[in-house]
Amino acid sequence: MTLRVWRQAGPKALGQFKDYAAKDLNSNMSFLEMLDVVNDELTLKGEVPIAFAHDCREGICGTCSLTINGKPHGPGKGIATCQTYMRSFHDGDIIVVEPFRAAAFPLIKDLVVDRTSFDKIMQAGGFITARAGSAPEANAAPVPKGVSDLAMDAAQCIGCGACVAACKNASAMLFVSAKVGHLGLLPQGQAERDRRVLAMVHTMDEEGFGNCTNQYECSAACPKTISHDFIARMNRDYLGATLRSAFQPEAASSDGGGA
Amino acid sequence: MATLDSKIPSGPLADKWRKHKVDIKLVNPANKRKYEVIVVGAGLAGSSAASSLADMGYKVKCFVFHDSPRRAHSIAAQGGINAAKNYQNDGDSVYRLFYDTIKGGDYRAREANVHRLAEVSANIIDQCVAQGVPFAREYGGLLANRSFGGAQVSRTFYARGQTGQQLLLGAYSALSRTVGQGLVELHTNSEMLDLVVVNGHAKGVIIRDLVTGAITRHTADAVILATGGYGNVFNLSTYARQSNATAIWRAYKRGACMANPCYTQIHPTCIPVSGDYQSKLTLMSESLRNDGRIWAPKKKDDAKKDPNTISEADRDYFLERLYPSFGNLAPRDIASRAAKRVCDEGRGAGASGLGVYLDFSDAIRRLGENGVRERYGNLFDIYHEITAESGYKTPMRIYPAVHYTMGGLWVDYNLMSNVPGLFVLGEANFSDHGANRLGASALMQGLADGYFVIPYTVGDYLAGQKAGSRPSIDAAEFKAAEENVTGMSKRFLGTKGKQPVSHFHKRLGKIMWDHCGMARTKEGLESALQKLPALREEFHATVNVPGSGDTLNQSLEQAGRVADFIELGELMCRDALTREESCGGHFREEHQYPDGECKRDDEKYGHVAAWEFQGLDKAPVRNVEALNYEFVKMSVRNYK
Ligand SMILES: Cc1cc2nc3c(=O)[nH]c(=O)nc-3n(C[C@H](O)[C@H](O)[C@H](O)COP(=O)(O)OP(=O)(O)OC[C@H]3O[C@@H](n4cnc5c(N)ncnc54)[C@H](O)[C@@H]3O)c2cc1C
Ligand code: SF4
Ligand code: FES
Repeated sequence: MTLRVWRQAGPKALGQFKDYAAKDLNSNMSFLEMLDVVNDELTLKGEVPIAFAHDCREGICGTCSLTINGKPHGPGKGIATCQTYMRSFHDGDIIVVEPFRAAAFPLIKDLVVDRTSFDKIMQAGGFITARAGSAPEANAAPVPKGVSDLAMDAAQCIGCGACVAACKNASAMLFVSAKVGHLGLLPQGQAERDRRVLAMVHTMDEEGFGNCTNQYECSAACPKTISHDFIARMNRDYLGATLRSAFQPEAASSDGGGA
Repeated sequence: MATLDSKIPSGPLADKWRKHKVDIKLVNPANKRKYEVIVVGAGLAGSSAASSLADMGYKVKCFVFHDSPRRAHSIAAQGGINAAKNYQNDGDSVYRLFYDTIKGGDYRAREANVHRLAEVSANIIDQCVAQGVPFAREYGGLLANRSFGGAQVSRTFYARGQTGQQLLLGAYSALSRTVGQGLVELHTNSEMLDLVVVNGHAKGVIIRDLVTGAITRHTADAVILATGGYGNVFNLSTYARQSNATAIWRAYKRGACMANPCYTQIHPTCIPVSGDYQSKLTLMSESLRNDGRIWAPKKKDDAKKDPNTISEADRDYFLERLYPSFGNLAPRDIASRAAKRVCDEGRGAGASGLGVYLDFSDAIRRLGENGVRERYGNLFDIYHEITAESGYKTPMRIYPAVHYTMGGLWVDYNLMSNVPGLFVLGEANFSDHGANRLGASALMQGLADGYFVIPYTVGDYLAGQKAGSRPSIDAAEFKAAEENVTGMSKRFLGTKGKQPVSHFHKRLGKIMWDHCGMARTKEGLESALQKLPALREEFHATVNVPGSGDTLNQSLEQAGRVADFIELGELMCRDALTREESCGGHFREEHQYPDGECKRDDEKYGHVAAWEFQGLDKAPVRNVEALNYEFVKMSVRNYK
């Protein structure tokens, strides 16, 4: 097999594809293990190994982020790069390996990109404010099983960014809507529901992600197969929140002076 | 010699924590913002600590080597989190959770710490639900539970097979909120490479920016390490590839004692090794043992046969046979050793002979395939991706793998190490699990430490430090620590030898698995103690770390971590050799009962061993903290 890998020494350096022969492969090897082997060979030859991001290697941390043959996370459906096994490829294949490309994910080196923009969106509103010590008894507010299960479907997002890389507009709508959906479905998330969606969408725009034009490439690439229904749900939330924020009277002061 | 004062409060067990909270010193709200606290790590322990301290008013700086706090290894925990809520009305209580954990740990944990853990467990669930963690629920909308190993009650809360992910995302959301509010200064891609100790107190860290290579100094009034476990010493484990021991190891070299390093947990249900290219082992959650039955062929001749063709009469459900009252839910150390013995007898399944079956056919008959899928679908999917086999059709093949480290930096009741000002939380400390951790208790401990313990205990230390007294980063100690770090990088990059870092990691892993794994012997450990210093020398003489130190350089990162692992491996073997007894995950062949169970020696080893660094080529000092059991009687652990 031949690997055609994007090599780029740094953010400002010029990048290019380079070919490497991948030998002695075994179909039970994961794609990343194959890269480990290639990297050890490069090291032995005195070359600089290919930088790629990875950690858990079981599809949950969201670190791995390779575009394989044009597809973020490769050929499999509902799996991450690290869960791709060599049995998905054939002898003699040329495999093209690139980073997740998007303006909001600047390249760091080779196949590693900077996804800090996702953290920024979360910092703007991806939470329910609940300081340690202030929580009520857990069973005080029942949540219907169906609602909780749906919230869990959205909460499974691993923050990998494949949805952005798959979208021709580099939109982050699936990622953002997954969090807005997860928290907005739960009774605990109602107090900050409007604020949350407004702040997250605002930050998403600020960070340079594109618009959604309903092509749904995002859901197709998502390793957790998060449904684009959450995007529609978020659009409704956003509209409602915008209206309410325009008409809602605001209190004169948000804090009391106290004695 | 280090002084090890456990600072366990006096009085009745159930009153200790309450009393301690009243007795310890507080920092008044206006003064809190004058104190800076560094938190290294943002897994469950680190992110819960950082956000809680920030909410209280302290200035917090948080460092992680990951590109985002959400990627910490806690994300991978599958099965669940324990709490003494007694929602099932099945007889659970704080005392029972305490007792199960003490017994599960084979009477090698501190009573007072474990009782506190059980006390705050219920608050953790409240806290997580308030944050929006979507725990599994029943149709009536109330929280659901499942059972886990080592317990006869159902007290485990879960979110499908992704409990760690959901708990971490909850803690990460709290951390993100405090970062957004400007209360926490977050540094990602930032690896702590040294601890700075000034006048005997931990007052700062040295950080390498993994993207730019820049080395920076950071000062604080207290330093908290929540950097996770060190199981990757074995190379192959269920840990994330990047999990490492560097932060705690370098703190050890600055004087913090390392307690019980040989206590490692080998998890019974993991997907077996398939080849030498393999980079990690994947866990099949313990929750599967609720419905899956573990067996091996009775006859050696059947070992290579298709399991579906082996008749019921020829199957040995060895856990059910050996431990009838706990059956498939026997604790991990016990279940792992039983599986190893079956394979050692030549009855192991699969090409390597290192595997036993985890069979769901009974459960499928009872619940239907969809019923099983609803409970464990994602785990079956993982199994299928890795092995290309369906667990619904053929029994899964599983084998034990390294999973958790009970050992870690020594801490007192306040979670402070013997170096004042240095606190250690989560898996990085040694405190609550004794010689064996029960399933679903690590998540509980990480969040207990971060949300409900450190917010109280850090104040006790800080109240004794003058506000504004933290040293300047120009102090000589900072300079020396920085030089130590740059010196190490130079050395790795300058060696230009013949072997990649991975070569040494694999060899280290093999030595550790063979000699310091599931069963240990005097001879084996002694031979490891010959091999490891030689490996260390060879590593430093012949490693090849390409590239430079001023960019992203993953080989350089790995080199530092593997260098530390080799040294730590040596200490683990030394600890295992000195502990002339078997307890929990530490099984010395020489010390067993005729039926193969662990034979403890409470008289001689009813203590914590806390090792103190003396220099690389000198033997470390073994300090001892006696375990005084005031409330529970140390007895033979029986799961039969
Ligand atoms: C596959 C698997 C499944 C598990 N399932 C369960 C379960 O079901 N229930 C249960 O209770 N437990 C489970 N565990 C155990 C549990 O997940 C861990 O013990 C726990 O999550 C550890 O949390 P932590 O906060 O201590 O550390 P981690 O989550 O490992 O976090 C470590 C943090 O420290 C940072 N860090 C480390 N070193 C440095 C450094 N030098 N500089 C800067 N930052 C650093 C990292 O970036 C990270 O943020 C499981 C473990 C595994 C491996
Ligand atoms: S929505 Fe899916 S593709 Fe996008 S970040 Fe989340 S898990 Fe990744
Ligand atoms: S490496 Fe963690 S999701 Fe792939």
